[in-house]
Amino acid sequence: MILNTRPNIADSDGFYADLLAAHRGLPEAESHAMNARLVLILANHIGDAKVLSQALVLARAES
Amino acid sequence: MAFAHQPFDYVAPAGLRAPEPRHKVIIVGAGPIGLAMAIELANHGVLATVLDDNNVVSVGSRAICWSKRSLEILDRLGVGERSVTKGVTWKVGRTFHRDKEVFNFDLLPEDGHKMPAFVNLQQYFVEEYLVQRAQALNIDLRWKNRVISVDQKADFASVKVVTPDGSYMLEADWVLACDGARSPIREMMGLEFDGELFEERFLIADIEMQGDFASERWFWFEPNFHPGQSALLHKQPDNIYRIDLQLGWDTDPEVEKRPETVSPRIEKVVGHADFKLDWISVYTFQCRRLRSFVHSNILFVGDSAHVVSPFGARGGNGGLGDVDALGWRLAAVINGVAAPEALQGYDRERCYGADENLLNSSRSTRFMSPEPGIERLFRDAVLHLAGRADFARPMVNSGRLSKPCIYPLVAPDADLPAGARPGAVAPDAPLENGWMTEALGRDFVLLALGCDAPELGLRVVKPVLTDMIRRRYLGDQPQAVYLIRPDQVVAARWLSVSAAGVAAALEQSWEG
Repeated sequence: MILNTRPNIADSDGFYADLLAAHRGLPEAESHAMNARLVLILANHIGDAKVLSQALVLARAES
Repeated sequence: MAFAHQPFDYVAPAGLRAPEPRHKVIIVGAGPIGLAMAIELANHGVLATVLDDNNVVSVGSRAICWSKRSLEILDRLGVGERSVTKGVTWKVGRTFHRDKEVFNFDLLPEDGHKMPAFVNLQQYFVEEYLVQRAQALNIDLRWKNRVISVDQKADFASVKVVTPDGSYMLEADWVLACDGARSPIREMMGLEFDGELFEERFLIADIEMQGDFASERWFWFEPNFHPGQSALLHKQPDNIYRIDLQLGWDTDPEVEKRPETVSPRIEKVVGHADFKLDWISVYTFQCRRLRSFVHSNILFVGDSAHVVSPFGARGGNGGLGDVDALGWRLAAVINGVAAPEALQGYDRERCYGADENLLNSSRSTRFMSPEPGIERLFRDAVLHLAGRADFARPMVNSGRLSKPCIYPLVAPDADLPAGARPGAVAPDAPLENGWMTEALGRDFVLLALGCDAPELGLRVVKPVLTDMIRRRYLGDQPQAVYLIRPDQVVAARWLSVSAAGVAAALEQSWEG
């Protein structure tokens, strides 16, 4: 499997708004904790080690 | 070159000498929406009287991006071709983060439409064209006529108007408040806006400069020339460029407006000092609307009913959407063809349209000025990824450009292309002579494709079936009948239909 970096969310504006809404009202530390849980949940959903490793590289890269 | 404002002639109105007979419609405000409304009504046989407190077209470019749908509406009003000829047609947008282009988009307009995706044209030109058109239609335009009070009775409304020669009263069956974002009529009626007010200020400037900038939309997040904020550059006709600069919420607008503050900033955007400041304004972002646009015999149209933050071109275009939805209904009510309840359809559809505009504008505003903390973190992460991963690009939000909304109509539908479903504007296409948008006109029409339409006394358009018409209206079906409203919105469609079926759908289209 190869990491899909093509747009894959039909309503990306809607998702982005939901993401911010999920964080609204949380102190920053709790937001970070929520993000960490979210990463773990999504990683488990993906499962594929190769995909996860490519995602880690993409996320870590400096601009 | 800078626009030369020619004042329009003030003529002392008859009402100063003796009471005028009750008018059918008074339109308050001769901006683009009030003027378009007056012409649209005149096209439906209703002559309105237009009152404006001023006697010139808009100062400054203000609304500049006119969408394809707006150009189609302006075309129906008689000024579309002029607007396109004068305007700057653009389709490429570039988005920068700091000093790097992150990505660009091409609106990739489809072939076979009379009007382009977007045209940049200063509001003063659009107003000038509309004024000339209104004058040609003998519409009563009263300059320097300022409404200072409004009194709403059961079956009419009266307004008190101040002129350079004193004040007078006018009565009308209908009063249309097209008096802008700070609508005095709204204020006089004590109506409140609901929604969000953002603590974000933007400076807008029109500058005149010689140069060969591309006809593109350039948007910067956190540019090096304006750290931490955003900026937008648009080309307009006559070597006028529009620059929008985010100021942050803690700035003093009066200081920011001073030419000695503005000029150095603009120098940084364009890279030289060889330009002339034409107009400067500061505005606060807001996304708010009236709960209802219909208040008995007083109707709100355009910015008086809803205001959105810019960058989606949803102010002027949203207002023309209102005109499109209201004109045929109000004319039918005045001409005795429909009951006043038909105006509920205007209220419902345009509240829906306004909500779509407000939602998109709020999201864009949040992306441009995220709250400190996690919002900012996500925003910066999206910008960071956008240069390297395709998926993040659609998440970058520098404004979602205006599209006509698709009204949620409950109407007969069939297995035909989604782009022409009930509630959507009937797609344009070239015909043997002219264009579909021109052929549909200003009344209810039946579009008969590959078959005959039932006989009901409705005008029938029966074009030759080209590939383009098949693709946009038929898909794999051999034939279909479309019922199209006067605002060119698809009211219903069938593979085949009886006269009774069309009559029922027609009836339904009038219901509020």
